[in-house]
Amino acid sequence: MTGTFVGMPAFPKAAHDAVHDPTLRGNLRHATHTIRAKRARAVGELSDWAALREAGRRIKDHTLRHLDRYLLQLEESVTAAGGTVHWAADADEANRIVARLVRETGESEVVKVKSMATQEIGLNEALEAEGIRAYETDLAELIVQLGEDRPSHILVPAIHRNRGEIRDIFRKEMGRWGRPAPDDLTDTPAELAEAARLHLREKFLRAKVGISGANFMVAETGTLVVVESEGNGRMCLTLPETLISVVGIEKVVPAWRDLEVFLQTLPRSSTAERMNPYTSMWTGTTDEDGPRAFHLVLLDNGRTDTLADRVGRQALRCIRCSACLNVCPVYERAGGHAYGSVYPGPIGAILSPQLRGTASEIDASLPYASSLCGACYEVCPVAIDIPEVLVHLRERVVEGGPAVRQGNKVVLRPAKGHAAERAAMRAARWAFGHPGALRAGQRLASRTRRLHPRTLPGPGRAWSGTRDLPAVPAEPFRDWWQRTRGGKDGAE
Amino acid sequence: MSGRERILGRVRRALADVAPDDRPYGEAVPRDYLREHGRRTVEETVELLAENLADYRAVVHRGTEDRLPALIGRLLAERGSREVLVPAGLPPAWTAAADAVRVDDRAADTPQRLDRVDSVVTGCAVAVAETGTIVLDGSPDQGRRRISLVPDHHICVVRVPDQVVSSVPQALERLDPGRPLTWISGPSATSDIELDRVEGVHGPRTLEVILLG
Ligand code: SF4
Repeated sequence: MTGTFVGMPAFPKAAHDAVHDPTLRGNLRHATHTIRAKRARAVGELSDWAALREAGRRIKDHTLRHLDRYLLQLEESVTAAGGTVHWAADADEANRIVARLVRETGESEVVKVKSMATQEIGLNEALEAEGIRAYETDLAELIVQLGEDRPSHILVPAIHRNRGEIRDIFRKEMGRWGRPAPDDLTDTPAELAEAARLHLREKFLRAKVGISGANFMVAETGTLVVVESEGNGRMCLTLPETLISVVGIEKVVPAWRDLEVFLQTLPRSSTAERMNPYTSMWTGTTDEDGPRAFHLVLLDNGRTDTLADRVGRQALRCIRCSACLNVCPVYERAGGHAYGSVYPGPIGAILSPQLRGTASEIDASLPYASSLCGACYEVCPVAIDIPEVLVHLRERVVEGGPAVRQGNKVVLRPAKGHAAERAAMRAARWAFGHPGALRAGQRLASRTRRLHPRTLPGPGRAWSGTRDLPAVPAEPFRDWWQRTRGGKDGAE
Repeated sequence: MSGRERILGRVRRALADVAPDDRPYGEAVPRDYLREHGRRTVEETVELLAENLADYRAVVHRGTEDRLPALIGRLLAERGSREVLVPAGLPPAWTAAADAVRVDDRAADTPQRLDRVDSVVTGCAVAVAETGTIVLDGSPDQGRRRISLVPDHHICVVRVPDQVVSSVPQALERLDPGRPLTWISGPSATSDIELDRVEGVHGPRTLEVILLG
C-alpha cells in the first residue's frame, strides 16, 4: 500500500503536535461533539437499531466468508450490464489500470468524487506523473487539494480548517486551477460554497472522464451505490462519457435487499441524517443516460492479507461511516493527521497496520492510539470490535508471529529492541500524559460495555493495571464462522 | 498470473482456516428488523412524508390533478424561470399553463446547454415517508439523470398515496435495480465548512415537491 505520508512521524509525536495546536483542537472538539449528539438522535429514531446492526454485521461476515464467490458473481453481473471489470492486486496495479483507461480516452483531465480507496492508492499523484490532472470535487477535498494539505476526517476531511483559512486558500489558489474566486469573497460558508460551485461547474460540464469509489456493490445485480451530500458525486457519475470506479473488494454485498439495512444505518451513523441528500445507484451502462463506458477496478491492496487474520478480518466489515472517529477521546485530541494514513481514528488504528503491515514506526504505533474505552465499538453500525483488534495487533507488534503479507505467509519478528516497541512505549506514555483522554474513555466504558479483565502482553502490560480490557464480544466473527460448520446445524 | 487469479487465490487461502458453510444466503442473515417504523394510516404516512421533506428544506405543496398546471405555472413564474426542462413522458398538461419555454430532454444536448435552463419538472418512481426521500428511476416522466441535476430549480410531482411508501425496505422492493436510480432527500447540501449546513453546492439549490392527490 502506498499512501503513507512521507516522513510521517509516529503517532505519539504527531499527536503531541496536534494537541498543542489550539485551532485544530477547537475545530475538532466542536465538530465531533456536534455530530455525536446528532447521531444519537438519528439512531434513537429507529427502535430496531440493534437488529439492523446485527443484520449488517451478518451480511458482511457472510460476504467475507464467501468473498471469492461474490466477487465472481459481481463480475458476471457488471459485465452482463455493459461494464468492464478489472482486478488490481495492489496500488501500483490499480494506478496503472486507471492511467491506461484514461489515456485510452485521449483525455488529460478527470473529475473525481471523494473516494478513500483512490486516496489510499495515491491515484492523483500517479495520474499526475502520467500527465493527467485529477480534480477533486468534494468541497472539503477541494479545500484540501487547493491547500496542498491532507484530509483529517473521513466525512469532513477539511475539519481542521476554519472559514478564514478556507477563504484565503480559495482566493490564493483557485485561479491557478481554473475559475478564480471572486475578489470580494468573504468567509461566510454560503459564499465559500458558491465560489466552489462556480469553480467546479466549468470542470463538470466539460469533463469526459469521471473517477469514483463506491459505498456498496451488489453481486446479484451488478449495481454500484454512491452515497453523498453535495451533488458532485452525481455530476461525476452522470455527465462524463467514461466512468471509472475504484472499489475495495470488501465493498461487495450479496443481494439487492441488503441495501435496506445499510441505507438505514449508514446515513444515520455518518452525517446523522435520516437520509443523505443524494444516493446514486447504477448498473453497468444505460442507453443515452449517463456514461457510455463503465469500468470497475476491484482493489485488493492488503485486504486479502487482512482477511487472513482471524481476529483482524472483522475490520473489513467497515462501511466508512466515521462514527467511531466522532466518539473517540484520542481522535478528538490528536486529530486525523496524527494517524498518518487516509484512514484516521479508531478504524484507521486497526485498518492501516493491517493493510500496510506493522513494519514502519507509525504503523507499529497505531494499535496504541487508543484508550480501549470501547465507545467506537458501541457506535459501530457493523459492530466491529475495535478494542479486540487493537489488543490483537499490539500482541502482534510486541510478540511477532505468523501473518500474511501480499498473499504470502510470513513470520513477524517480535518488536523487542525494535523501533516499533519504542514507538509503542512512547504511545503509552503519551496517553498517560493526557489523563483526560483516559478518563473520558473510562467513563464511557463503564457505562456502555460489560468488560472482562485481561492482561496485555509486552509494554501494554503497564496499561492493564489500571485499565479493564475488553473481553470477547457476544459472538466474535471467528466463533460465528466456526459455529456455522456443516451448514444448517447450529445456525440461529 | 493475472490480478484476478492472484486476488481470488489469496481470498481462498485467507479463508482456509474457516469451516465450510453451505447454508443458502436466505438463512445466513437474521432479518428481524422492522419493515416499517410505527403504525400509520395512509394519510398519516403522506403527512409524515411532507414533514420529513420539509425538515430537509424541500418546499412542499399540495395539488389536485385539475389545479396542477396552474400551480406549476405559478411556481415557475415566481422563480422567474424563462426555460423549463421537460422529460419526454411528462403529461403535457402539467406544464400547459407555464409561461416558461419548454425545453425537451434530448440526448444530443450538451451539459452547457442544460446549464442555461432555469428549472426542471419531473415525476418520480417512489417517495419514502420515514426519510423524506424521493426516488427517480429514469422512467419517461422523469427523464435522464442529468436533467434533475444541472438546473438550479427542481419541481418534482409525487402521486399520493400511490407512490408513497413508509420505509427504505419498502422502497427497495418497488424499485428495479436495472434502472439508474437517484435518491433525493432535500436540496444538495454541505457541512464541510465548520459544520455549517449550506444548501446547494452542485445539485439544484431549490427542491419543490408537489404532493398530487
Ligand atoms: S469502524 Fe464502524 S464506526 Fe468506524 S467507520 Fe467503520 S463502520 Fe463506521
